[in-house]
Amino acid sequence: MKNEKVSLITKPNTTLANKTGAWRTAKPMTDLLTCIGCSLCAKICPEGCIVMGEISESAANGKKLKPKNKKLKPKTDYNYCKGCGLCTHECLVKAIKMIKDY
Amino acid sequence: MKNSNENKFLSPGHNACAGCGQLSAAQAVMRGLNENIIIANATGCLEVTTTAYPQSAWGLPWIHSLFENAAAVASGILASLKQKGDKKTKVVVQAGDGGTFDIGLGLISGMWERGENILYICYDTEAYSNTGIQASGSTPYGASTTTTPDGSASIGSTQGKKDMLAIALAHGVKYVAQTTTGFPDDITNKVKKALSVEGPSYIQILCPCIPGWKINNDQAVMMGKSAVQTALYPLLEYSDGQLISSSLKKGFQARPAGEYLKNQGRFKHLKDKDISLIEKLAQANIDKYKI
Repeated sequence: MKNEKVSLITKPNTTLANKTGAWRTAKPMTDLLTCIGCSLCAKICPEGCIVMGEISESAANGKKLKPKNKKLKPKTDYNYCKGCGLCTHECLVKAIKMIKDY
Repeated sequence: MKNSNENKFLSPGHNACAGCGQLSAAQAVMRGLNENIIIANATGCLEVTTTAYPQSAWGLPWIHSLFENAAAVASGILASLKQKGDKKTKVVVQAGDGGTFDIGLGLISGMWERGENILYICYDTEAYSNTGIQASGSTPYGASTTTTPDGSASIGSTQGKKDMLAIALAHGVKYVAQTTTGFPDDITNKVKKALSVEGPSYIQILCPCIPGWKINNDQAVMMGKSAVQTALYPLLEYSDGQLISSSLKKGFQARPAGEYLKNQGRFKHLKDKDISLIEKLAQANIDKYKI
């Protein structure tokens, strides 16, 4: 066996290789038209995998966007979402629903 | 796509439990930090779950040495920054309640005694969550842990919580604050404020622990809010020893403590007379911290 040097210094942000989405048994689905864009879900997510971004026309299914929908809206990265349900539990307008995901 | 809150200081993919209250708080802390930070981390859940070798979830310079010496490591980093003439970089310590209230207390005392410009953040889960929920100096009265189990002859932990804020204030720490996972913006604001202070600062954050408190995956934030609403863990802020803000304002109406306790498995065994004892602790908080 080759005698490899062991480094105690690791590269930053390397846990991104772990797709923890495989832990999930329920998936949070956000209704972007009900959502008021308060970003609370993005703030409390322990994974930090909810990012606020501009809503796309396709997400609105061709409907005309109301002013509240021109705000930044959450986007969940299902590669990492563990399905804990914190966002669903805390959502002020109940825009997030958990659906079975296994 | 415009991203307003992408956090590169603490990446996903870490091994914390789904719904972890500590990682939720850590994300809020990271939003309060900037690029000119070096973190010294004590042993604990935060360290173990984010740095399974050879990976790291951190996007800032981050070092872990031992359970007890995060404060001393931070002092060393600060000394070397001083030697290099670096005045811009700030040192932050992160530790759990085990590393803060019990194991690291001596070295923390030394750091504060020297008056060093270091921000110390304690993630208070009220037990040694990482090693299997043993009681710590922070475990509150009546909590069932693996070393203080409840039973026919036991109420769980018979000791009260150590008053770490008072210990910090006794050292003359410039900025001392307490907050909970239920208030992410409050955490971020307090971290920003602490960083702007010249001198030692201490922030203690109540972090609900899913297996430790025996709560559901989606309850960590709710518990953090409930602890404040029942006055058992108020939001506090001290500057130069003076209480400058508190969630226990004039006209504050405390919710019954049972609301907070009955949702947690660790307090499920408590009878009404035990709960009324804990109500008294909440009242003592109101008397002590009202503003």
